[in-house]
Amino acid sequence: MRFFFKTDYNQDINLFRDGVDRFWYGLLIAVLVAAPFVLEDFWLGEISYVFILSIVGIGLMLLTGYTGQVSLGHAAFLGIGAYTHAILLNLGVPFFISIPVATVLSAIIGAVIGRPALRLTGVYLAIATLAFAFIIEQILIRWEHVTGGFKGFAVDRPEVLGIAIVDDVPFYYITFGALVLAVLAALNLLRSPTGRAFVAIRDSEIAAQSMGVNLAAYKTLAFSISAGFTGFGGTLFAHKIGYLAPDAFNILLSIQLLLMVVVGGLGSIHGAIFGAIFVGSLPQLIAILRDYLPDSVARQPGLEPGIFGLILVFFILFEPLGIYGRWLKVKLYFSLFPLYKKATFKRQKTYTKSERNR
Amino acid sequence: MTLFKADNLAINFGGIKAVDGVSFDVEKGQVFTIIGPNGAGKTTVFNLISRIYDPTSGVLSFEGQDITQVAPDKIAALGIARTFQNIELFEHATVLHNLLLGRHAHRGGNIASQLMFLPSVRRMELAHREKVEHVIDFLDLQHYRDTYIVNLPYGARKVVELARALCTEPKLLLLDEPSSGLNTEETEDMAFWIHDIRNELGITVLMVEHDMGLVNEVSDRVLALNYGRVLALGTPAEVQSHPEVIKAYLGG
Repeated sequence: MRFFFKTDYNQDINLFRDGVDRFWYGLLIAVLVAAPFVLEDFWLGEISYVFILSIVGIGLMLLTGYTGQVSLGHAAFLGIGAYTHAILLNLGVPFFISIPVATVLSAIIGAVIGRPALRLTGVYLAIATLAFAFIIEQILIRWEHVTGGFKGFAVDRPEVLGIAIVDDVPFYYITFGALVLAVLAALNLLRSPTGRAFVAIRDSEIAAQSMGVNLAAYKTLAFSISAGFTGFGGTLFAHKIGYLAPDAFNILLSIQLLLMVVVGGLGSIHGAIFGAIFVGSLPQLIAILRDYLPDSVARQPGLEPGIFGLILVFFILFEPLGIYGRWLKVKLYFSLFPLYKKATFKRQKTYTKSERNR
Repeated sequence: MTLFKADNLAINFGGIKAVDGVSFDVEKGQVFTIIGPNGAGKTTVFNLISRIYDPTSGVLSFEGQDITQVAPDKIAALGIARTFQNIELFEHATVLHNLLLGRHAHRGGNIASQLMFLPSVRRMELAHREKVEHVIDFLDLQHYRDTYIVNLPYGARKVVELARALCTEPKLLLLDEPSSGLNTEETEDMAFWIHDIRNELGITVLMVEHDMGLVNEVSDRVLALNYGRVLALGTPAEVQSHPEVIKAYLGG
């Protein structure tokens, strides 16, 4: 077991706890940077898809995992980012300008949606965001001369300095850079007063308010930031799928995104990334699984959503802390070996909250 | 000098007059206690002061300023902090995190600087941390600094909540039943801390309390409520011997 000796307040603020942490994360980054020299293009494509999902996952994690606001409409923000970026590209706006513009637009729309959603909590908020996602989907279908309607349109493949930047290797590095940026921004936010206010709203609105947190402002901000991250992921997602059509951003995608943060582990950035790896590799796993299932089951079109739903239920029942929670348990098991006690992670009794002023 | 003043405060929930024409003054540097049987309206008075409820009528003033219309999230910045009867901590966060949130009213910097975590943000975080450490030192919470609230015993949670309120650097501290659920020893500690909060930190305390031992030990003035009305106001001894108060508690 490692012990941390703290001699400086900065140790609680820094991103890495100590040299050991710095070494392992450094190694991970080095491996990911070196990956294109070893892996085939197919795998690079898969990994960049996971990177994109991770960015979106971090966005949703900030809203759902940290601020406690459930959203079933994040596919819409992904769609707004993707469409805005692709349309701007078609209008001749440079790649590296259109991305921030699409991101900011998503964030603004997030704030606009967040405002009326303030009075709603829990399942009502989920329904409201779901309705919002349907509205956006309808807009994408009906606003034909801009979005191309049902048929959609192909995303431009821009070149910067003569390099087709959405080809496998350059795109891999772009998504990797984007993910690093997103993780840094999220971690910075979480270690500053705004991130603390988000967590406070999640755990006790009434206490947060009496400590000076403006609930309306911070919930709107959480929505806006989350939408911004998701839209940012959407711009890259557009290139990943190559062709934009409204049915790419339907309710199933929203549920997949929510599945990602719940399965990964609510309330941690690690969880968002673990969830993205899981959701990113699930279609592959299901494809492999199809080979071993009887034909009558394997041909069912509902197999994939069905398995998603089943996994979500199993995680909520048996591992509410998600993959990240399981990872922490495994880590503790080995660091305490052979003294690990199962009860360490038993859910504690919570004291009654009778008189909550909501 | 009067720090806080409630003038003819009243609130109705439907036909129920939860608080009905309550007036009192809290002098600077006092420990002022509100007592009364269950449902007398004590916590409602607190919720009115922290602006969670809007009073039906009456005026609240703090340092001579009318705070009846101030938004609930601006109360902390004015210098009024509170604890809750049913502990309201951020359970899935560490003690340190909870206490740092107590510094929210004193935060600085905008969202962009926080996303980049500029050196100015770090400097402010370090300054907040130092303030928090003083409070940790004051209430002997060193041992729990990195513990998650869900893993804390009840008694420790009470102290953390008090600590969080102190982190806002209040001028007026509202304590809603600081000793409820604590054992005798912890209640004695609480009495010492309330003394120290007043004498060392110079913070005025307004509290709701049932434990008459604690009330007698620390209070300068006591207000007895029943059915939302004032029964008696005075020193602890005066209020306790007041016939109306005895009648409210013992019946008759």
